[in-house]
Amino acid sequence: MKSLEELKAIRDRMQNKVIIREGGAEKRIVVGMATCGIAAGARPVLNTFVEEIAKRNLTGTVEVGQTGCIGMCRFEPIVEVFEGDQRVTYIYVDPAKAKEIVEKHIVGGQPIVEYTIGAAEK
Amino acid sequence: MKELSLNILDIAQNSIHADATFVQILLDETDRTLELAIIDDGKGMSEEFLSRVTDPFSTTRTTRKVGMGLPLLKLAAEQTGGSLVIESRERASHPFDHGTRVTAFFYKDHLDFTPLGDVISTVVSLVQGSENVDFLFRHSLPGKLVELDTRDLREVLGEVPLSSPEVLVWIRESLEEQYGEGE
Repeated sequence: MKSLEELKAIRDRMQNKVIIREGGAEKRIVVGMATCGIAAGARPVLNTFVEEIAKRNLTGTVEVGQTGCIGMCRFEPIVEVFEGDQRVTYIYVDPAKAKEIVEKHIVGGQPIVEYTIGAAEK
Repeated sequence: MKELSLNILDIAQNSIHADATFVQILLDETDRTLELAIIDDGKGMSEEFLSRVTDPFSTTRTTRKVGMGLPLLKLAAEQTGGSLVIESRERASHPFDHGTRVTAFFYKDHLDFTPLGDVISTVVSLVQGSENVDFLFRHSLPGKLVELDTRDLREVLGEVPLSSPEVLVWIRESLEEQYGEGE
């Protein structure tokens, strides 16, 4: 069994960050996780975001959340990125695209227009 | 669904939406069979809703009138010669012992058995999405027992959220370690 000592070390490292988070995350990534999303491949997408946020030490500034069906099942997996009053909706997301979204949009500040719902509907 | 673990994720989401505070996911596996139980202490279902809950045209969701979660699990179990049983006690009539138990039984050697797949990712996804819910995950296989109880982790973590990415990575590694190679 992986040691609880390691978990304690995580706790000690995290405690400072938790205080920062109470000021509110700058960006929020939301993954659609209803039956439609799950069947279309949302689970590895969610897990990719979690791992990237941990790896890049973005806890506190970026939040990852889940939501239910938003009625556009044919576009799943759907991911929305919220920042202030701006919302970007990505469709047909897979783990590779999720990594790219973290790199270019979350870290780099540039939404990837070609993966958005706006691009698909043109 | 390509993996049973995806059905598990989907069904356990129902528990969370039913205001459960504690959800148990129990897998009991032999060489030939797999029994899955998802047990919650949520608000339960009325007898009337329970009687039609595996009908795809019954759903609690509000964006449309079709719910595929339980029908898909029922199909996955029955196509192996197994079965699905749902028991529920509604909060209104059972204020102290309400909740729902979904039990599915599978024959693993049947041609139409859907493999369990990446159950670790299912557990991580559930913990990620519901900070206020505790989970007990227990998978007994021939010669092996894999277990995770978030109540134990919370005790260590104090005010640090269970859903912190760093904690989720620890949970994944802990489960991977318990399964050992080949999982």
